[in-house]
Amino acid sequence: MSEVQTVDNMISITIDGTEFKAKEGEYILNAARANDIFIPAICYLTRCSPTLACRICLVEADGKQVYACNAKVKEGMEITVDTPNILEERRAIMEVYDVNHPLQCGVCDKSGECELQNYTLELGVDSQSYMIPDTKRETTNWSSVLHYDAGLCIVCERCTTVCKDMIGDSAITTVKRGGAELDKSYKDSMPKDAYSMWNKLQKSVIAPSNGTGETNCSDCGECAAVCPVGALVSRDFVYTSNAWDLKRVPAVAAHSSDGAQIYYEVKPTSIEDRTEKIYRVTNEWNYVSLDGSARFAYDFQNTTASKDEVAFDSAVEALKKAETIRFNSMITNEEALMLQTLKEKMGVKLYNPEVKAFQTFLNYYEAASGNSLWTTDTDTIMKNSDFVIAIGCALRNDAPAMKYAFNNVQKLNKGAGLYFHPVGDTLIPTFGKTVEVFNHKVGLEEAALYLVLDLFADKEKLPEDVKSYIDSFKKSETKTIKEKEVKTVKEMVLNEETGEEEEVSKKVTEMVDKEITVVTNGLVDLLGGDASKFDAAFEKMMKKKESFSMMLGEDLYYHNKAENIAKLVALVEATCDIDVVMTPPKSNALGVALLCELDEAQSGYTVGYNENGDFKLSALGTGDLDMPAMNQQEGTLTSMNKRVLPTNAAVEYNGYELNDLMKALVGAPELTIDWTEQLPTDRGFKAIAFDDLPNSFENDGTDNRGYRLETSNVETELPEVEKCDEDAVLDGEIAYRCNPARQFNDFTDKSHEIFETFSLYASTAKAESLGDKVEVVFDNGSITLDVVADEKITGDIVKVPDFKAAEGVYDLFGASRYKTVTLRKV
Amino acid sequence: MSLEQFKNRNVGVQSYKTLDVGTTPETGMEKFTQVVKRSVKGELFVGLWVVMKRMLQALFQNDMHTVKYPFEKLPISPRYRAIHEMLRLLESGHYRCIGCGLCEKICISNCIAMETRYDENQRKEVTEYTINFGRCIFCGYCAEVCPELAIVHGPRYENASEQRASFSLFEDMLTPIDKLNLQQEYDGFGAVSPNADNNIKQTPLAY
Repeated sequence: MSEVQTVDNMISITIDGTEFKAKEGEYILNAARANDIFIPAICYLTRCSPTLACRICLVEADGKQVYACNAKVKEGMEITVDTPNILEERRAIMEVYDVNHPLQCGVCDKSGECELQNYTLELGVDSQSYMIPDTKRETTNWSSVLHYDAGLCIVCERCTTVCKDMIGDSAITTVKRGGAELDKSYKDSMPKDAYSMWNKLQKSVIAPSNGTGETNCSDCGECAAVCPVGALVSRDFVYTSNAWDLKRVPAVAAHSSDGAQIYYEVKPTSIEDRTEKIYRVTNEWNYVSLDGSARFAYDFQNTTASKDEVAFDSAVEALKKAETIRFNSMITNEEALMLQTLKEKMGVKLYNPEVKAFQTFLNYYEAASGNSLWTTDTDTIMKNSDFVIAIGCALRNDAPAMKYAFNNVQKLNKGAGLYFHPVGDTLIPTFGKTVEVFNHKVGLEEAALYLVLDLFADKEKLPEDVKSYIDSFKKSETKTIKEKEVKTVKEMVLNEETGEEEEVSKKVTEMVDKEITVVTNGLVDLLGGDASKFDAAFEKMMKKKESFSMMLGEDLYYHNKAENIAKLVALVEATCDIDVVMTPPKSNALGVALLCELDEAQSGYTVGYNENGDFKLSALGTGDLDMPAMNQQEGTLTSMNKRVLPTNAAVEYNGYELNDLMKALVGAPELTIDWTEQLPTDRGFKAIAFDDLPNSFENDGTDNRGYRLETSNVETELPEVEKCDEDAVLDGEIAYRCNPARQFNDFTDKSHEIFETFSLYASTAKAESLGDKVEVVFDNGSITLDVVADEKITGDIVKVPDFKAAEGVYDLFGASRYKTVTLRKV
Repeated sequence: MSLEQFKNRNVGVQSYKTLDVGTTPETGMEKFTQVVKRSVKGELFVGLWVVMKRMLQALFQNDMHTVKYPFEKLPISPRYRAIHEMLRLLESGHYRCIGCGLCEKICISNCIAMETRYDENQRKEVTEYTINFGRCIFCGYCAEVCPELAIVHGPRYENASEQRASFSLFEDMLTPIDKLNLQQEYDGFGAVSPNADNNIKQTPLAY
């Protein structure tokens, strides 16, 4: 169903006399970029909507001046990038941008990577013809990570665009600057586009959109990444280093399962300490958007490690006698393969509560659908899809890439969306006008899938029993509604003048009860929606929609009817025109799920790898033997997009690695990355050496990093599904195992730019009623947490984070993500 | 120079003139005669007289022709490249360095290192600055590239020290605040050219 790029929908265009192929319906600018042709542009971001703020991408297409970021290519179009008139416009625009721009390039954090500087030189601006009094613009901090120097800002609106179109927070916007009016004479003397650009620029500046001085956003820092000048910088980075001093280490974001491309930027810590330190994380922002954990949780390296032979020997002993190895998903594919080898050779149990449920769900899904893995990915969704459905996934917290894709579809593809989740979220409805949110009761995920079947399935293909089950929810109701009715009433009125009674007719509006027959969808009501309004809303959502996709999250893997849900998902795929993507919970969960045979429970002597255990291997520097953290080791990670991605070591590590233990225990190759080639091909991996893995994007945004997992598809019969188990619904006080955005594990928590605390997160009202501190009592234990109000949560469900392994939150929740608990004020 | 000459690499052969040094004495008698002739020539006394005249001038007329190093030093060319100095702004006394890091970048022996931070006045503050004089080759690039004329080569050519570190930190190179009035403007490489005013284009200012 995903649109395959064939020769058919490629058209040919001519740029400056050379013929090129371009995708139909593409913007001229993107077509040019894909073909390695340079058209100057400041305000345009590849995966966002055109802003038309800078206007320097002006080109001539078929004799008419158009903006390359906003005009689509047509068959046979002839494009000229530079004409004398356009060059004059562009030069005037750059002159305008330079008016009153502070001459502090020497200290600016852009340090030469500045687009303003580049285009000023590119267009040969060597004198200034325009002037206007400057306005004082204050430097402010927008949040704990964002630093905005309004004086340097050229109001290209890239930050606001990316925040709205990609991130979905819409946390910043343009506001009035209060600058001086342009001299009227410029209107005639200046090039037209330069004048209108200046007119707008002179009036605006960027500020948090909530009217306060602080952004209430997810602190992803993407706005700072896209800033072409030094106006938006991370607070931690301001004036600490020049860009040219930093060495870029290509890597993969370690914490979420997005597999986002990042660069760790390193240089020596200080004059005295010459060991390298990570100063910041940057990304190829035209092709990939980072979340807060990827950008700001970077300094989690294990610095204390040394080759402690005594600890090493005791680790070898511990592993020899270990019955279980407990680990989590913060592990490379190579290490996962090592652990699996240990299991095979030494018979040790592998226990991983983070991944186990996910792995089981994947197996159910494979058995039911015949697909070895899900059928789409977030990049494809952003490119093609115009209708997204999210079930069982706390978009804002679990999977940033899913949130971005969900939002991007609404903004760029004129899409619509359905969001099913028990926890209310005020942000999701703001993604688009045609986003319907269902805050259903906990445990009704099956019903959500049945609703999807009802709405999208080809009824011919559906099994009879499913069809009749769905129909059983439809109720033809005779409803009494109140309707206005105008009646003529005749009255006898005594005419006072004549003293006679006269008949007068009056028009009276009355509310009359009227009976009508309505077919209501009981599923909608069951899921907490309003069935009477949904039909009309859905009809609106479905207008001109062609490509549908569904995002599934962790709630489903931990559902007690997970098998039935996996079957329903398979049924949805088989009968509806919907592609599916699933969220691996955290980091390399998919890699672990594919490589390790995980056991149900732990028993006996346990070695914990970054987890609790009788003997602890830890990259946090707190265990019995030190291990390298993710930014200290080479290896591959498997991402949500089904890619195996290479990551590199950014900082030094002096201790032992898992591979050294393997050498002592069962024998192993020289280096960790020698395992890369041995990743099992029957699980979709390829026998490619680590050093041969590519790590780049193509000009048109094609992701060329690593390789895509081979997936297989076997024809299967439609799965037998069970009915929705309405008795599984949880009531009462409910806790949801969910981390605050930017927190994923102990490593994010260790990073100094992540501030979200290990607390109970609740809606403002709920937090007020709970007080400052509560004890959350589960069946099998309790945990005492501070209460933090999250304005974006609605409803009574509270979120209990799990990012600290030592707190054992996974053990408290057991096989579920939701638990009924007792909240006791402390 | 024509290309032909340029390509002739037999340096020392083509355009030197040989002086007439006479003949080398061969026999013992000839050698003896040469020594006597050279010794008792009047030139010896000319030399003695010159020395005595200068000595008397120095002693009685206070007309000295030598410099009492290390108590006295000759002025050196502004282009001389000795130990670096960090200059201050004359008006405020604040150090000129803005922490742009160009000297660090351009340094071909990679001996300059600096640390900066965002200070309370929203400025870039240089917290640490050091030049490793064990590696510095005194090429002068740092002074030439400095946009603020903050780092310059001073005239301090005496590099002997118990430790090189004793003049490699920011404070050591910085003009002492109480000697700000003695701070000399730098004329060496990287200094503003005498005709700099002619090369500047004016920027229109509306106010």
